[in-house]
Amino acid sequence: MLDFISQPWPWYVAGTLIGLIVPTLLILGNKAFGISSSLRHICAACIPAKLPFFDYDWRKESWNLWFVGGIVVGGFIGGSLLKNPAAMIIAPDTLHSLQALGIRDFTSGLLPTDIFNWGNLFTAKGLVFFILGGFLVGFGTRYARGCTSGHAIMGLSNLQWPSLVATVSFMIGGFAMTHLGMPYLMRWVGL
Amino acid sequence: MVLTGKSEEKIAPVATRTKVANWKFGLVGVFFGIVFVKAEVISWFRIQEMFRLDSFHMYGIIGTAVVIGIISVFLIKRLNIKTLQGDPITITPKQFSKGQIYGGLMFGFGWAITGACPGPLFAQIGAGYSVVIVSLLSAIAGTWVYGALQKYLPH
Repeated sequence: MLDFISQPWPWYVAGTLIGLIVPTLLILGNKAFGISSSLRHICAACIPAKLPFFDYDWRKESWNLWFVGGIVVGGFIGGSLLKNPAAMIIAPDTLHSLQALGIRDFTSGLLPTDIFNWGNLFTAKGLVFFILGGFLVGFGTRYARGCTSGHAIMGLSNLQWPSLVATVSFMIGGFAMTHLGMPYLMRWVGL
Repeated sequence: MVLTGKSEEKIAPVATRTKVANWKFGLVGVFFGIVFVKAEVISWFRIQEMFRLDSFHMYGIIGTAVVIGIISVFLIKRLNIKTLQGDPITITPKQFSKGQIYGGLMFGFGWAITGACPGPLFAQIGAGYSVVIVSLLSAIAGTWVYGALQKYLPH
């Protein structure tokens, strides 16, 4: 059994389980599935700076902070106790494209250590992959009023057309960055 | 639409109405985090595969989740299912704003670079990729800057 669990889970299992979060949160307490709001609540709690956007009672939304705190714990369990002992299998075409862009580490885990290590923090790699990337995620999701969970899953589940607009925009942005932006960025950071 | 018999049955035991403690949402988060890691949703490589159309994995996950979500929301509305506290389930409709396009594109750029949307950022940190704490702090800063600039941006 543990053997089965420690292997990577197939898409239909994961998709079903993630989809079931929608009714679970609704039934547990009328909560709409959404994660990026937690970033706003953290701002409202820690650095509101008298901005109207952060002037609300974040304590009423504290369930959301428990939820993301739980995700950290779940990430720990999935990455330690239930860790997949084998190297991950990457699609050969993606592997070759990334090799051409300068990535060398395909075996140590779910993220390439060429990019994701503390030694890169104060380098161009850190500036692009941690600072710029993270900033765009935080700014973009709030500007769009939701992320993959709030729009692509919760919004589409409730057949909301603005969420479809958002989801399509997310994908266009991702395709554009992957194919047009990243070749330049990767060269610039010296991968 | 009207299934009074059934819904009254469900309303009945609500005499002992209790507030659901927040830790239950924490528990759902734990479960969600495990799924994220085990299905490799938190993998930078899987996001690259998705944007390079080299793998069906992420499309399968998001597609299945949406189908399950649509069926669930449909059933909740159709059967008039209540929350555990006995309240009617309400879902706030999403308002359109141009931010869904501009902000959506910006998030897409960030998604491809970091290989993570906000949920996986939290799960990556838990799974031991501690440097992602920096990305998360930068995402919080991004949210803050949006809050500061909101009135100057087209919506």
